[in-house]
Amino acid sequence: QKVSVEVLDHLEHLALVDFRDSEGVERLHKAIQFADQLHEVNTDGVEPMDSVLEDRWCLYLREDDVTEGNCTKELLENAREKVEEYFVAPPGNIPLPKLEERETFLQGS
Amino acid sequence: AALNDGLRSQVSAALKEGRVAPTELCQRCLALIKSTKFLNAYITVAEETAMKQAEESEERYKRGQPLGILDGIPVAVKDNFNTAGIETTCASNMLKGYISPYNATVVQKLLDQGAVLLGKTNLDEFAMGSGSTDGVFGPVRNPWSYSKQYKEKSVPKSHSEESNWVITGGSSGGSAAAVSSFTCFAALGSDTGGSTRNPAAHCGVVGLKPTYGLISRHGLIPLVNSMDVPGILTRCVDDAAVLLGSLAGHDPKDSTTIQDDFEPFELPNLTDVSKLSIGIPKEYHAPGLSSEILALWSKAADLFKNAGAKVVEVSLPHTRYSIVCYHVLCTAEVASNMARFDGLEYGHRSDMKDSTESMYAATRREGFNDVVRGRILSGNYFLLKQNYEKYFVKAQKVRRLIANDFVKVFRSGVDILLTPTTLSDAAPYTEFIQEDNRTRSTQDDILTQAANMAGLPAINVPTALSKRGLPVGLQFIGRSFQEKQLLTVAKWFEKQVQFPMIQLEEVKRHDSGVFQHQKSASFS
Repeated sequence: QKVSVEVLDHLEHLALVDFRDSEGVERLHKAIQFADQLHEVNTDGVEPMDSVLEDRWCLYLREDDVTEGNCTKELLENAREKVEEYFVAPPGNIPLPKLEERETFLQGS
Repeated sequence: AALNDGLRSQVSAALKEGRVAPTELCQRCLALIKSTKFLNAYITVAEETAMKQAEESEERYKRGQPLGILDGIPVAVKDNFNTAGIETTCASNMLKGYISPYNATVVQKLLDQGAVLLGKTNLDEFAMGSGSTDGVFGPVRNPWSYSKQYKEKSVPKSHSEESNWVITGGSSGGSAAAVSSFTCFAALGSDTGGSTRNPAAHCGVVGLKPTYGLISRHGLIPLVNSMDVPGILTRCVDDAAVLLGSLAGHDPKDSTTIQDDFEPFELPNLTDVSKLSIGIPKEYHAPGLSSEILALWSKAADLFKNAGAKVVEVSLPHTRYSIVCYHVLCTAEVASNMARFDGLEYGHRSDMKDSTESMYAATRREGFNDVVRGRILSGNYFLLKQNYEKYFVKAQKVRRLIANDFVKVFRSGVDILLTPTTLSDAAPYTEFIQEDNRTRSTQDDILTQAANMAGLPAINVPTALSKRGLPVGLQFIGRSFQEKQLLTVAKWFEKQVQFPMIQLEEVKRHDSGVFQHQKSASFS
């Protein structure tokens, strides 16, 4: 079964990464086909495993004390666009253009 | 002292006794890195800072106050570990030019003990791959491609070495090549599906994957949070124990490290293996396993049997699903972990200014290669609401079954599992790239991946040379947090097989002391 264009578009939005070409989409189809083998395994009554350390390790909370910080300068050094102590981003709250309006390979499908 | 000396046994003593100076050792390694540049093992060589560290170490030795066994020892670190003041790229355009503001905990620990950080080693982009061929700085070449042993066995059909060279395996190929070619005494890699053990096998070095939770991942740029571990690459098992001793232990900055105290240990020289029970998992006789490696595996089992150990065939029935399970869990965690790369705070940033989202999309489009993008998209697919139970949760359930397989086997009295590490010896680069990354990883990870699923410690021990004159290794898998037992058995095996030393023209030219300890007997 092929993945619908709507879902492919939805994935590009969620991932903020593009399929680029038909090879990219084929890659996804192959990945799904491969993953489908999981359904051969009987997992009735089996609990999902989050961590191999589930028996040993209790996720602990430490005291809410500040132990480090004050490294604004170091943190800003790797950013390309900044103003004073702010990272600068282009305007937000503008959704990515819809499929019809975007220049994406998916338009042709 | 020679560049091929063992840490504990030889180099450390030589440094203490003043027979060699840290600065000399550092200079020799740096010179060798330069002359083996064609291997492309290093992305960044930190010459100045390394020499400075070596000088400081020298001062300490002069005062008779070395910090420990690692003081003055040149080491290399895979380029997915943060290193303060030194570029950390993950072999990706996304992080080109990124200078880490901090040291990963394991890096800090090495530096605190006086180790000399020579540089950052090459890898597959973001550690995704099993060849060390898919990074933006190009592929890493296996030093054995230039060895006398390989050249003697290769059919002279091609006139140049250019087309004949073989891959290192991956994704920690640069680290494995660096250790294998004597440019450092130890290197850090990472291991999520076999990324330390696989290149270790292909490059003829020891590759240790510690138990998940033993060594801190703080500062290791994450791939799969529930499986990643820092890996240790050395030329002998004793050295791996030394590195483990200096790196293991709880880190408050990584809440997935266990709280128990860790006691560094020296490995005993095991002479009596009669109390050992070695398990041979039949499912590891995987499709595609070369007859050569199968024979070697069998020979190794016999070695233990003849020495008095109990050798039993065991079953890990869900082995063939571990790759599928890994594929789903890995892509899902990758989709999450790669979300941080948006161009705002660090790394590559696109010139696109229309909106935040379009800037993120363009940045990621420009910064990630096909492999990374492919995994992100697959991962997001498996995490869609309509797929979550069907794929992600299902994979988590299968993971438990895989982990339980091991628990059952260890509970039945088996101490250590013995398996092959790879399906064959290293492939020529031209052959390797004919299949795509995902197919390759699927094939190559099959023998190493399950240990990551279950979080168990595992080690590759170089065993013998193949018909083509290339290294083949075997893998030992141990019980959780039983590294001492695992390494003790590995050390015994290492002693029995007497894996030959690589005969490299480059090294010969540079370091006449190198062939002092040539081992001529070999296992095969």
